[in-house]
Amino acid sequence: MMFDWLTPTLIAVLLVLAGIGAVRRMNLWRAGQADKVDLIAGLMAMPKRYLHDLHHVVERDKYISRTHVATGGGFVLAMLLVVFVHLFGVDSKVLAWLLLAALVMMFYGAVFVFKRRLNPPSRLSKGPWMRLPKSLLTFSITFFVLTLPAAGVLPEGFGGGLLTVVLSFCILASLVEMLFGMTWGGPMKHAFAGALHLAFHRRPERFGGGRSTGLKAAVLGETSHGVAKPTDFKWNQLLGFDACVQCGRCEAVCPAFAAGQPLNPKKLIQDMVVGFAGGTDEKYAGSPYPNVEVGNAKGGPDQIITDGLIHPDTLWSCTTCRACVEECPMMIEHVDAIVDMRRFLTLEKGDTPNKGAQVLENIIATDNPNGFSPSSRTHWAADQNLNLMKDVQQADVLFWVSDGAFDMRSQRILRAFVKLLKAANVDVAILGDEELDSGDVARRLGDDATFQNLAKRNLAILSQYRFKTIVTTDPHAFHCLRNEYADFDSDLNALASVEVLHHTTFLNRLVQEGRLQLDTFKGGKVTYHDPCYLGRYNGEYDAPRELLASLGIDVAEMERSGYRSRCCGGGGGAPITDIPGERRIADMRMEDVVSTGAELVAVGCQQCTAMLEGVVEPRPVVKDIAEILAGQLIEEAH
Amino acid sequence: MQPSVNVVSLVSVGRHPQSDRSRRADQDARAVELGLKLAGKNLTLVHAGDPENPVLRQYAGMGLDAFTVLRQKSYSDVLPIIGNFLTENNAHVVLMGIRAESGESSGMLPYLLAEKLGWPLLSRVADILHVENGKADVLLALPRGQRRAVTVSLPFIATVDNAAKDARQSAYGPGIRASITVLDAEQTADNMAASWAISPAKPRAKRMKVVKAKNAADRFKAATAKPVGGGGNVLKQGTPAEKAQAIFDLLLEEKVIR
Ligand code: SF4
Ligand code: SF4
Repeated sequence: MMFDWLTPTLIAVLLVLAGIGAVRRMNLWRAGQADKVDLIAGLMAMPKRYLHDLHHVVERDKYISRTHVATGGGFVLAMLLVVFVHLFGVDSKVLAWLLLAALVMMFYGAVFVFKRRLNPPSRLSKGPWMRLPKSLLTFSITFFVLTLPAAGVLPEGFGGGLLTVVLSFCILASLVEMLFGMTWGGPMKHAFAGALHLAFHRRPERFGGGRSTGLKAAVLGETSHGVAKPTDFKWNQLLGFDACVQCGRCEAVCPAFAAGQPLNPKKLIQDMVVGFAGGTDEKYAGSPYPNVEVGNAKGGPDQIITDGLIHPDTLWSCTTCRACVEECPMMIEHVDAIVDMRRFLTLEKGDTPNKGAQVLENIIATDNPNGFSPSSRTHWAADQNLNLMKDVQQADVLFWVSDGAFDMRSQRILRAFVKLLKAANVDVAILGDEELDSGDVARRLGDDATFQNLAKRNLAILSQYRFKTIVTTDPHAFHCLRNEYADFDSDLNALASVEVLHHTTFLNRLVQEGRLQLDTFKGGKVTYHDPCYLGRYNGEYDAPRELLASLGIDVAEMERSGYRSRCCGGGGGAPITDIPGERRIADMRMEDVVSTGAELVAVGCQQCTAMLEGVVEPRPVVKDIAEILAGQLIEEAH
Repeated sequence: MQPSVNVVSLVSVGRHPQSDRSRRADQDARAVELGLKLAGKNLTLVHAGDPENPVLRQYAGMGLDAFTVLRQKSYSDVLPIIGNFLTENNAHVVLMGIRAESGESSGMLPYLLAEKLGWPLLSRVADILHVENGKADVLLALPRGQRRAVTVSLPFIATVDNAAKDARQSAYGPGIRASITVLDAEQTADNMAASWAISPAKPRAKRMKVVKAKNAADRFKAATAKPVGGGGNVLKQGTPAEKAQAIFDLLLEEKVIR
């Protein structure tokens, strides 16, 4: 019968075409900038990264994780065996039976893929993705039938002419999807690009349970800054964009998307693909940027992204909350890409929207975002009797006050924390007027020049004094000090042997050491809001909860808490650039709070406090954990 | 506007009111903004002073590829070299802030320049609408948001009011890449200024303003309006000769001239 030559020929031709596609695709990625990656080690680590790290994320949706193991695992095994059995014609019953088993597994998985696609949630892309389950089923059934003779179940040359025609068509259809589509831009591309993305990831530290959240430093003084065109990205960032499976998990958690601001992280990544591959977004079949029509975006590898591919408002809507990154099964780095593009807008175009320009100018001229006199930075502590590092030169703990020093609401948090430090007899000092803005806002607004300048000056000041620990009540400063300053500290080693802590972590230690006497809290139901820069950026989910538990509080958790916490809307300079949407992110977060029935929401961040307190009353009370603790402090009579 | 019109913005090193740190001076930056509106990239940006001062890059970061510095030591009288530069380079429109934020900050430079060059001076300009056929249509800023439209023939000097358009954001990249042409001009030492002892000014105590307003609108007006002198006349009617006579009479009456 004709399969004797048809099947192997089809397989061979499509494998060759897939090979050509793979080379073409790799050349698209290679148009990006060089980045140092250990290619061999990456490839070696890839299977483990896939099985462990990627699956760890996929596992959050049990249905799809099982489905994917069966389908993906079945397909990879089946494809390998197909090559031996049907291309090379290896005559082995064992192989044939193995192949049958793999195909059954794949078929089983594909049925569940099919079921999910019967009534898909809005976050999933449609279009070619709706075709995929059918292709998977076709592949598994077709090759199952084809393999039966080799397994000795059916005689060679069974079936009639009609079956032959039908099967030939099915072979072609399924191989086009599974092999050709893999490297020429079909849905199966995710397997090819995804595997390489895992191998050559720009943040290999993320694998094996690690965390890598600090932004990479911009190189200053070149002919351009930040990412203007797709080819300005690192090559492995481009590769990462290509790995997207359009599962829309990022879309489902994005606060800006939910608020109706013109941002959808999934669409953003797809637009990046349109950019470096060239073309338009008309084939995109997922949810659009809210209130922006799909089909008008055009891009090319060497075209300015914000000229026609992405509107700057899309980039400025992001709160850098990292929810999308945390949720992405392909471990794509949306925030890196967004800030890279913001850098171009701020450093090259001078186009930071709304209050952005003013804030940056203030930071440059006064080292704080509101342009207050630098000599008024310590006014809040006039009655606090705090040591200045300048006077004492050393202390156990350096309290990093942050710009909350200028804000009356934040000062209440600062005072509460100082009260606790004093009660526990901690040897503490502050920098006073020598402290500068941490640079967090400047960096998130794309002004890495100002960030780096502040980082270096802060480090120079820190290097003059001796202390073992830095504690701060501001998670943003915490993140900068802990994760981002190291890039600029190689000469001074100001922070090399210093432990940087958030105040909740530090207070939790004091409580556990029995250095704070606290009364039980009797004020009703309490919930806790995880600040993005404490939780997702630094992995601290436990200390705040343990502190609340130490007051006898049984936290009424919100549906979105811990690593899935929803942003308050205050990060990434979003309140400064203030891109209009349909709702306010803070209002949505307050609705989350209200739905727990809590009367009090505990936070660990002055910015979150400001955002949540900005929600119109009546609403639950907002307090920093330091304030709650200070209220329950049993002070010894002296 | 015709490319043959040379627009020059003169800038100084400003000083931030809260931090005392050097910065792009607010009014000078508005002069650059207005200059960019008139001449785009052809605007000539000029500073007399130290070419190494990084603040100058903040002006260039508004969108200029190059700027010129007339090198001067501190305590030099910049009047002669700026005057020479403007005539040698055939400037038509010269824009600058009303007064500097540092140094003497007397606000005299535009007047002295105008006198030296014999050019008209327009003080407190809100906008320059267009420059055509050797003439410019200019809006002057008056208190309470009022404007006065005047036409002036080129060349002229204008100081830019706070009512003019805000300066755009300065971008870091273009700023550090801009090329500087340093001209080593002659130095005229200002010995008088060098001998002064300079100390920080104390804010003068403010006279309490008693507002006898009956409604919110009046209170708002009282709080926001620039003070206007009570006396005086706005002469809208009459021939130029009559207007000149009125001014002359006033000067006599005030004993400015005898
Ligand atoms: S970026 Fe990640 S989370 Fe978002 S759609 Fe793509 S694969 Fe899914
Ligand atoms: S970081 Fe947050 S706001 Fe930005 S795209 Fe991701 S989920 Fe949306």
